[in-house]
Amino acid sequence: MDHLPTLVTNARDAIQAAQSVSALDELRVRYLGKKGEVTALLKGLGKLSAEERPAAGEQINQAKQTLATEIDTKRQQLESEALNARLAAERIDVTLPGRGQESGGLHPVTRTLERIESLFTRIGYDVAVGPEIEDDYHNFEALNIPAHHPARGMADTFYFDATRLLRTHTSPVQVRTMKSSEPPIRIVCPGRVYRSDSDLTHTPMFHQVEGLLVDEGVSFADLKGTIEDFLQAFFERDDLSVRFRPSYFPFTEPSAEVDIQCVMCSGNGCRVCSHSGWLEVMGCGMVHPEVFRHSGIDTERYTGFAFGMGAERLAMLRYGVNDLRLFFENDLRFLRQFT
Amino acid sequence: MKFSEQWLREWVSPQLDTQAIADQITMAGLEVDAVEAVAAVFSGVVVAEVLTKEKHPDADKLNVCTVNDGTGEPVQVVCGAANVDVGQKIPFAQVGGLLPGDFKIKKAKLRGVESRGMICSASELGLEEEASPGILVLPASAPVGVSFREYMQLDDMTIEVDLTPNRGDCLSIKGLAREVGVLNRLPVSGPEIAAIDASIDDTFSVRIEAPEQCPRYMGRIIKSVDVSVETPLWMVERLRRSGVRSIDPVVDITNYVMLELGQPLHAFDRDNLAGGITIRLARDAERLTLLDGQDIALRPETLVIADDKGPLAMAGIMGGENSGVSEKTHTIFLESAYFTPLAIAGQARSYGLHTDASHRFERGVDPELASVAVERATQLLIDICGGQAGPATEAVSHAHLPASHGIFLREARLEGALSKKLAADDVTDILQRLGLGVDKQADGWSVTAPSWRFDVAIEEDLIEEVARVHGYNNLPVRRPSARLALRPANEAVLTQAQLRNQMVARGFQEAITYSFVAPDLQATMLPDAVSPVLANPISSDLSVMRASLFPGLVRALEHNLNRQQARVRLFETGLVFNGHLDNLSQVPMMGALVCGGREAEGWSGAKAQVDFYDLKGDLESLLTLGGALDAWRFEPGEHPSLHPGQTAKLLHNGEPAGWIGTLHPQVRAKLGLKVDAVMFEVRLDSLSEGVIPAFEPLSRFPEVRRDLAFTVKVETPVQALLDCAKAQAGDYLKDINLFDVYVGKGVADGCKSIALGLTWQHASRTLNDDEINQLVDSIVTQVRAELGAELRG
Repeated sequence: MDHLPTLVTNARDAIQAAQSVSALDELRVRYLGKKGEVTALLKGLGKLSAEERPAAGEQINQAKQTLATEIDTKRQQLESEALNARLAAERIDVTLPGRGQESGGLHPVTRTLERIESLFTRIGYDVAVGPEIEDDYHNFEALNIPAHHPARGMADTFYFDATRLLRTHTSPVQVRTMKSSEPPIRIVCPGRVYRSDSDLTHTPMFHQVEGLLVDEGVSFADLKGTIEDFLQAFFERDDLSVRFRPSYFPFTEPSAEVDIQCVMCSGNGCRVCSHSGWLEVMGCGMVHPEVFRHSGIDTERYTGFAFGMGAERLAMLRYGVNDLRLFFENDLRFLRQFT
Repeated sequence: MKFSEQWLREWVSPQLDTQAIADQITMAGLEVDAVEAVAAVFSGVVVAEVLTKEKHPDADKLNVCTVNDGTGEPVQVVCGAANVDVGQKIPFAQVGGLLPGDFKIKKAKLRGVESRGMICSASELGLEEEASPGILVLPASAPVGVSFREYMQLDDMTIEVDLTPNRGDCLSIKGLAREVGVLNRLPVSGPEIAAIDASIDDTFSVRIEAPEQCPRYMGRIIKSVDVSVETPLWMVERLRRSGVRSIDPVVDITNYVMLELGQPLHAFDRDNLAGGITIRLARDAERLTLLDGQDIALRPETLVIADDKGPLAMAGIMGGENSGVSEKTHTIFLESAYFTPLAIAGQARSYGLHTDASHRFERGVDPELASVAVERATQLLIDICGGQAGPATEAVSHAHLPASHGIFLREARLEGALSKKLAADDVTDILQRLGLGVDKQADGWSVTAPSWRFDVAIEEDLIEEVARVHGYNNLPVRRPSARLALRPANEAVLTQAQLRNQMVARGFQEAITYSFVAPDLQATMLPDAVSPVLANPISSDLSVMRASLFPGLVRALEHNLNRQQARVRLFETGLVFNGHLDNLSQVPMMGALVCGGREAEGWSGAKAQVDFYDLKGDLESLLTLGGALDAWRFEPGEHPSLHPGQTAKLLHNGEPAGWIGTLHPQVRAKLGLKVDAVMFEVRLDSLSEGVIPAFEPLSRFPEVRRDLAFTVKVETPVQALLDCAKAQAGDYLKDINLFDVYVGKGVADGCKSIALGLTWQHASRTLNDDEINQLVDSIVTQVRAELGAELRG
């Protein structure tokens, strides 16, 4: 009993000096285990007198408590040190690039087509597609462009034989849709089109999106509203000025070319808009009754509008691409800029 | 069409500046392409008279002249032009004047003789593009001392309009003036044109044999014309400002009248005509030498003007060399005809010709204009070349002339079409000023189209005219309304966008290549392919429709390899074309090509190059996307572009649907590629077929797994082993997983070891060892029997 204070002092020194959790465990066994030194003292209480016993018991229990607390504290300290050491050892350079496949990207024309499609499908248009090798009837005749019509000279056509050709616009898809479905019709027709023209500003293949809406009571005002909304939404410019210029397409009447205020110079005049402040971006008009007749749609009951635009042109304006030919070279250094 | 603003203003002159006129007609549908000054900037040039001319003492080719420039004192000037002469009125640049090209006129000494100014040629004043042969000689009436710019009215603009093909009526000053008059609500007036009284009786016989193509043909003999006179300067100037070069007075006059009124005219030399004129279709094997010297074999659908000996001119397109006016001509036969658009359309183009006349006839020349034009041209011919005119004669088939038809424009329809009620009086005014006959009735307008408006035939044409003149931008704007009807959406179908996005997520860049490719490239890659060939390709490199996406992708690869891009991952979607035109398939495909490192160059040490299995993994990720992987099979196959040992044919529900493989080393060598590439091409319709998920309850009972390793011959496809094992594995097989393929030590030569992990599970009970052992036994027995596979110990 007399050596209790020495025992506690020694034990505390040993605990503080412990270097590992296992060493600490050994100390716990040595002092507090069933055969431990402090336990032994408790067992020896019986040898004391009844008067001495409570005070001695009290002292021993206190010593036991003290040591147990110290061991726990020390254990926590050691564990936390061990964890810290491990974490330090496992430190990596998080600024190294990640492993595995990087993302690729859509072609800017596809990106543009998808954007146009989504603007229209969100308000209830469907997407319609069709063949690219077309016949004279669907590409011309049904669109009120009979043989020898001067308008045939407007688009230089690639022919395979007297009647088969590469479509010069996606309008044949409109014809096919009108023939196979009943109004109301609301479609956009994206796709490849072909014209035998190749220079700085023309490629023999390019992409168009055409739209068609046929219903009762559709007027020129509806066309103007649709086109204005679309262009402002596409360029994300609420204040974009849009103007409609009378023009001529055999398949629409009245017909219009659509100009927007130049998006490069905000209409102040620059090289892109030939210093006019305006950019021609699309053509449109009310569906010509002759086209309706070819498609079997009642011209007294229904009216409609159609519009068409070049995807490359819009992509160039939207993303600032200055050379049309880049779209078809498939140069990765170009394509990666649109990911 | 190019025109001079001054000329237009003689007919109608709104209170607008040039730009405002250009903007106004552009916004009315006559798009102005360019506005240019008719003369460059110059100053200090006056009309002067040459007073004296003497040879330069020291230079053979120079003359020393004095001129009266209106300042009082004669001015001495040295002139190098051969045509300078005493008494001429000439443009004279005074000292201090400035000529185009910033050329300042200073006092100078030329070979010791003082020269104070310069007598100018047309090109020195910027009035001709080519260098003029001599000085510009002005009419004797030109007033000395007056500014040359003022005298020539050079402060004028040339306006070029790009007319749409429906507006043939605007291919003249008269037509343009009519438009400007309508837009500004101004009256329009041109020169007085009176019928010429015949001073001789000569006529020439004309017979129309093809009245459908030529319902009207007018002619007139004009005798004793002097074709050696010069075209008056004012006319040369007007032609120049309209983009037409002066040729000789007769041609100039016919061109002038065409520009002024819109009627193409032709002048024949009467003395070269035999018998009478017949307007007919060309006969077999007839030939014609055109004005431009081309000798043409005529086709039978071509309309010609012929005399008794044969064709003289291609009607409405171009005259012949032998019947035209020359410097020897004394008697002219003037033609002013109406050829129908259908008779001319396509003809000029088919001979590779395009003339001012064909351009107009194709679009429609006013059939009532022929007589007015013939009188106008006769008057100008007599004024300029002298001569006596015979009576104008006309051959006409009234039955074949375009009938003037009535059109009714309903007020309600007009309002509905434009969503705006226009004042009835305004509508009447617009239509009347356009030259239409208008009768306002209670519910609309009864309208007759004028003979010059080929594009006005139906109610919509009138709506367009009213809308156009009223101004599109003055019309209301609204949004279409529609019923919010849901449309069916097939959940099992993958969209192209989903498939594309999957490729993008796996590191591919999308390519878009031309749908036509070089025939030799296609032949190298797909020697057996048949696809349509363009009759008129832009170049032979782009002349055959692609039968596969491979050629285009390989070209794109080449482009990138040549630009130091060693790692290429490209995909494309688009149609491929197979078969002859009459038996053609146009099938949307998705194709991809990879080459270079499996991963982008990086720090983590993955330096492996892509191989077949990398791309197959990408492809399988597409096949899994719709949840219908089971519909697909890969079978060893042969494809001319692909390595015979590294090619799989894709089957979708048993039908061929595509290919995947490594580029054939021989093809690669032929294409000059230095790297390996792996490619696939699959039908998009098959790719987009997915399934709607169908839930299966999760079993509460334990899974049983057995791993089996077999040795089989190296050439035995794993698929065969899998199929065979699966067939024997019973109904409760959950999964069969290939977890090892091994060739080498411990496996006999010519064999490989394949390790399969099979997992069974029952929905409602625990499977016992006995039944699993039985299944395993039956697998082992069957693969041995079918494939000679041995279970490894």
